[in-house]
Amino acid sequence: MASIATTATLTWVAPDYATRLRRARLGLLVALTPILMVFVSFTSAYIVRQGLPTLDPKTNLLVKDWIPVKLPTLLLVNTFVLLLSSLGMELARRQFRGEAVLAPAGTDSEVSSRENKMPWLAMTLILGLLFLFGQWTAWRQLAASGFYVSSTPSSSFVYLLTGTHAVHLMGGVLALFVASIAALFRRAVATRSIVIDVTAWYWHFMAGLWVYILCLLEFAR
Amino acid sequence: MVGGSGGGETITMSTHESAVQAAHAHGAPQGFIRKWVFSLDHKVIGLQYYFLALAAVFVGMFLSLLMRIHLIWPTAVLPFFGEIKPETYLSLLTMHGTIMVFFVLTTAPQGGFGNYFLPIQIGAPDMAFPVLNMLSFWTTFLGFIVLLAAFFVTGGAPLHGWTGYAPLSALQSAGPGEGLGADLWITSIAIFCIGALMGALNFITTTLDMRAKGMTMMRMPLTVWAWFITAILGLLAFGVLLSAGILLLMDRNLGTSFFVPLVTVNGQLTGHKGGSPLLWQHLFWFFGHPEVYIAILPAMGLCSQLLSVFSRKPIFGYKAMVYAMLSIGFLGFMVWGHHMFMSGMSPYTAFAFSIMTMGIGVPSAIKTFNWLGTIWRGRIRFHSPMLFAIGFVSLFVTGGISGPFLAQPVLDIYLHETYFVIAHFHLIMGVASIFGIFAATYYWFPKMFGRMMNETLAKMHFWLTFVGAYAIFMPMHYYGMSAGLRRYSQSTEVAYILKLLPLQRFISIAAFITIASQFIFLFNLFWSMWKGKKASDNPWEATTLEWITATPPPHDNFGGQTPVIHNGPYEYSVPGAPRDFVMQTEPSVEDQDKKKGKH
Repeated sequence: MASIATTATLTWVAPDYATRLRRARLGLLVALTPILMVFVSFTSAYIVRQGLPTLDPKTNLLVKDWIPVKLPTLLLVNTFVLLLSSLGMELARRQFRGEAVLAPAGTDSEVSSRENKMPWLAMTLILGLLFLFGQWTAWRQLAASGFYVSSTPSSSFVYLLTGTHAVHLMGGVLALFVASIAALFRRAVATRSIVIDVTAWYWHFMAGLWVYILCLLEFAR
Repeated sequence: MVGGSGGGETITMSTHESAVQAAHAHGAPQGFIRKWVFSLDHKVIGLQYYFLALAAVFVGMFLSLLMRIHLIWPTAVLPFFGEIKPETYLSLLTMHGTIMVFFVLTTAPQGGFGNYFLPIQIGAPDMAFPVLNMLSFWTTFLGFIVLLAAFFVTGGAPLHGWTGYAPLSALQSAGPGEGLGADLWITSIAIFCIGALMGALNFITTTLDMRAKGMTMMRMPLTVWAWFITAILGLLAFGVLLSAGILLLMDRNLGTSFFVPLVTVNGQLTGHKGGSPLLWQHLFWFFGHPEVYIAILPAMGLCSQLLSVFSRKPIFGYKAMVYAMLSIGFLGFMVWGHHMFMSGMSPYTAFAFSIMTMGIGVPSAIKTFNWLGTIWRGRIRFHSPMLFAIGFVSLFVTGGISGPFLAQPVLDIYLHETYFVIAHFHLIMGVASIFGIFAATYYWFPKMFGRMMNETLAKMHFWLTFVGAYAIFMPMHYYGMSAGLRRYSQSTEVAYILKLLPLQRFISIAAFITIASQFIFLFNLFWSMWKGKKASDNPWEATTLEWITATPPPHDNFGGQTPVIHNGPYEYSVPGAPRDFVMQTEPSVEDQDKKKGKH
């Protein structure tokens, strides 16, 4: 047993819903920083590489080898799908938050009392998967038009940026999947609400990040 | 009712058994696997990091031993390695640097001691995200295994140095070790980055959100500040290294040309063109320079703590110390270009980087003078942790003073490829940080294991290591100023360097003795765990929260309670106090006086 030589202590109490939510959100905010740094690095590399000439061994002259890639129109459709999923995610977040707030004191009551709720979570999950499928299809379209990952410096960056974003979004899809499973297994409302809340903010970040990537690839060609 | 001793005085208090049961966010584990292997307890995870770093430091030290033997006896046939060829020598220095920087200097001070003591020192029952904490350790462990695997694959370990400069690191055909070995090296670094990022996330969230009542930011021990700032540096730096690693893997395996220009290997064009090796250098050093501070800031925080504890005086200029660490962290991101003066950068750019670099001397000097101010006229207790803390200050000054030389492009261009740089960064980043790790081990061992380390062996270890470190690295400055070139395997083959061989011999012999003396530490560490004298709860009579709880601390750190903080962390020799230290949880002398109706 601990022996604490002090006169100033309080009994430890488990953190309540608001504390847990605040902590999870803070953790997410911190976690987004390195993700941002990864894309800042890629952007920096993109701009540097774009301005670099290369030596043409035939003429022995420095030439530009940056060939702009015409992005598939499908990417615009994918953008719409992702933004729509972000809207669904927000509605799901509000839905679950309402349930957590309404849950009896103690915060870890099991299931929602509200029946016939809208399946925003499922909709977001499906739209997220649809976005990923759309990105895969866009990659195949790029390859069909002759732009592979190593064809030109610009195509390397298109695959790099879209691929890295997709991997990060898969993390969000996984989190949503876990949250859905948790719903099936009737886990505590508060816990599920917190998972969905931070996933929602992550999801919105991913949507914003995608818009940024698309603008970079389209307008800084 | 339980009793505890706080440096001679016993205060009793009631505990709440039911609260203990419900105290921890995750219950105390019972089985061996959950308790010691896949543990969620920050203290166990801290120990796991510590012992990982301990294993890594002996591997890294063994590699340096091989290099030192080879440098003075170049034709010697060594067990397991045979005669060391130049490419083997390059592999040894690559792996030595990588293991030491990532798996020792980054792992032990932050992952080890930070994990163990940060939550306790702020009065929290654990880290904010225990599962993530466990994952961060096992990710780091996996990174270490992947790195070691590079020794055993076809071609062996990579030879591109710990800085992994392209295009050497970006071409599979660039040399032995640049095949699968280099892929494993990059993968290991990427895995390490992910582990370090998970750790940093926990450190920052825990510090910001889980401090006990009364533990304001300006009442945090300087160790906590150091871990916190280090975590922020890691958060900003490791993502950049990770992205650089992804680009490098793509260049190596997918045929892209981010870092590889039009280049031939053995007279054959490689198929790459247009990439920039300098881009790698920029990305790498944007991480690499903050990494220096990631390695040394925790040692700075710890030594500030120890100098105060063992001088029985408050730290001199607490706020200045905090702001100096923040400044060092901030400026650390502004100076990466000083590693690239040789790259042909514009003299104007170099000038800017040079001024910024020398600017770091200001907060560094503030810290140094404050350390001296802390021990000035103190009642110094020369216990082993204090010796290592003073040794740290000495090495920090000696290693740091050569920094302004190298910060000037005109001097750096002359010195950059020489042993002068080796001496500089080993003293400031390597040995000084290692002294921080030793100081932390001797200081916190009683709390972690409930026993004292043997003081005689500890002092013997200190003097041999302290004198040994200077004997190794001081001559390297002269060797470098005499144009002794780094990364050269066959120094006996160059006429003017051959004349410097006696100096190399001296360095190697000093290294042999210093390495041998580390076994004194190893013996003391393990022997004291079982045979050391039993430690009291607060053997050093220190004020911070780890010393108010049991030894070793219970699963939830404070036995179902949470401390309430009344004082700063360095209340030593306070006038009017009943003893020469006031615990952070004790009502302050002023409050007590008020209570007694004196005011």
